[in-house]
Amino acid sequence: MKGNIALCEGAIAAGCAAYFGYPITPQNEVPAHMSKRMVELGRVFLQAESELAAINMVLGASAAGKRAMTSSSSPGISLKQEGISYMAGCELPCVIANIQRGGPGLGNIAGSQADYFQSTKGGGHGDYRLIVLAPYSVQEMYNMAYMAFDLADKYRNPVLILSDGIVGQMMEPIEIPETKDKKELPHKDWILDGAKGRQPRLIRSLLMEEGALEKHNWHLKKKYDEITKNETRFEAFKTEDADVILVAFGISARVAKAAAKQARKEGIKAGLIRPITLWPFPSEAIARLAAPGKKFLVVEMNLGQMVEDVQLAACGKSPVEFVGRPGGTPVNEKEVLDKIKLLIK
Amino acid sequence: MKKIYGKPEALKDTAHIYCPGCGHGIIHRLVAEVIDELGVREKTIAVAPVGCAVFAYDYFNFDVTEAPHGRPPAVATGIKRVMPDKVVFTYQGDGDLAAIGTAETVHAANRGENITVIFVNNAIYGMTGGQMAPTTLIGQKTATTPFGRDPKREGYPLHVCELLSSLEGVAYLERVAVFNPANVIKAKRAIKKGFQNQLDLKGFSLIEVLSQCPVDWGMTPTDAVKWVEEIFVKTFPLGVFKDK
Repeated sequence: MKGNIALCEGAIAAGCAAYFGYPITPQNEVPAHMSKRMVELGRVFLQAESELAAINMVLGASAAGKRAMTSSSSPGISLKQEGISYMAGCELPCVIANIQRGGPGLGNIAGSQADYFQSTKGGGHGDYRLIVLAPYSVQEMYNMAYMAFDLADKYRNPVLILSDGIVGQMMEPIEIPETKDKKELPHKDWILDGAKGRQPRLIRSLLMEEGALEKHNWHLKKKYDEITKNETRFEAFKTEDADVILVAFGISARVAKAAAKQARKEGIKAGLIRPITLWPFPSEAIARLAAPGKKFLVVEMNLGQMVEDVQLAACGKSPVEFVGRPGGTPVNEKEVLDKIKLLIK
Repeated sequence: MKKIYGKPEALKDTAHIYCPGCGHGIIHRLVAEVIDELGVREKTIAVAPVGCAVFAYDYFNFDVTEAPHGRPPAVATGIKRVMPDKVVFTYQGDGDLAAIGTAETVHAANRGENITVIFVNNAIYGMTGGQMAPTTLIGQKTATTPFGRDPKREGYPLHVCELLSSLEGVAYLERVAVFNPANVIKAKRAIKKGFQNQLDLKGFSLIEVLSQCPVDWGMTPTDAVKWVEEIFVKTFPLGVFKDK
């Protein structure tokens, strides 16, 4: 199955009731597949007039209490940032998938990891966080799409699946897990479905009363702390005795893992930390490994973005090096291996 | 004794913050009366704009959501598509609907979304302090057209009803005004039809209401209604532009 299709099927299994999208490469399989599957299932599919409209349709469907999603690639995700900020402010759950391509600007249509900053440091205006999931296989495209809706509903927060054109386009066999019955979705006592037998409800992010916004911001902070405590996920591969600890997410983590395995074969103690959630970031896991004599090597398909979070986590206890390539060019295993060898010299 | 006049149930019992002489109070009331008369208050979801009517949710006694500036038709689309049995309407000003939200307006109309749009045209940006709107008249002075709107620099007033009238998906377009009681009654009739169309699954209805903004026009409330009657309607003629 193709990564982008697995993403769709995971979302459908999770009970996604409405999909709104707009064409852009390399995510086009998503709206195309959804246009067929969602309609067959009697659910909502709509090709919007723009990314702006698509995310705001998601906002509307979410306000109505339904599980809703959109997808796009980098330039389109930039356009969605307005709606994402509003949804974060209004505490509206939704799932957004970014099948990243090269940037800035129109960039190119090759897979890239250049939207890490945008995804994890804000993206839109205001003080907010998205839960950011980074699939590194077709299987994880399915699993994370499935999981994303539960996380979004649990915390009333948008969840971003930060994938890329390579994971989106590649084909791998996957196992469709036995999923729980999604007919019983979480009860939502805040949705707008008509004030029948109850007081009218209001969804807004505009809080003009004295102190109201500050109070709301602190409320969000408390939620973000809770998410950090409960939902930080990562994979640790042979890190405990490692002298060189690679840190990589998404497609780069596959290259990094292959390089670590090869390094082990050549007698070098290399390991890998693969953040599965980019926010919350597994800072503690990195901090715990940081020590004199240990070195971190961050592998990314960009000019060095996540490397800043690794530096913060390592807090000067270990050197943090970077190997990466921008412009939609994957780092290859040999480049990573050469850098590992250079570091242990 | 028979009660012949009172506050609609669809309006909250609260004072509003609109300026003296502003048309929003009248239009809110008309919408609320229509919702009561159609008996749909408990299944109505409104989408408030960015602009003066952003606070509409403080006055309407039914479910309301906020939307980013210009996006109410997209938000309403999302709500209506997942809950087609509810009554969904947007309430938008000229900046929201005809400038920043032009694309959302045109495409929701063209898709024939089964929603109702209340479009309040007062030829100016009220909330932000009286800047030029897409519907500002030629020669009209605003905070950003201090010498008057010059079509060579700022282009021409945008005629939304006329623009949308060519679209297949549109069921109903009417421009009304609220400068005197006779027109208020006509406006209510148009608004009611716009909501009835939605109940009858007819598709997209938009009622453009020419409204007065005395404070940002720098007029007294009485001069403002006179200006709508004598000047505003010349550029924006009242009437039905489409009725499928």
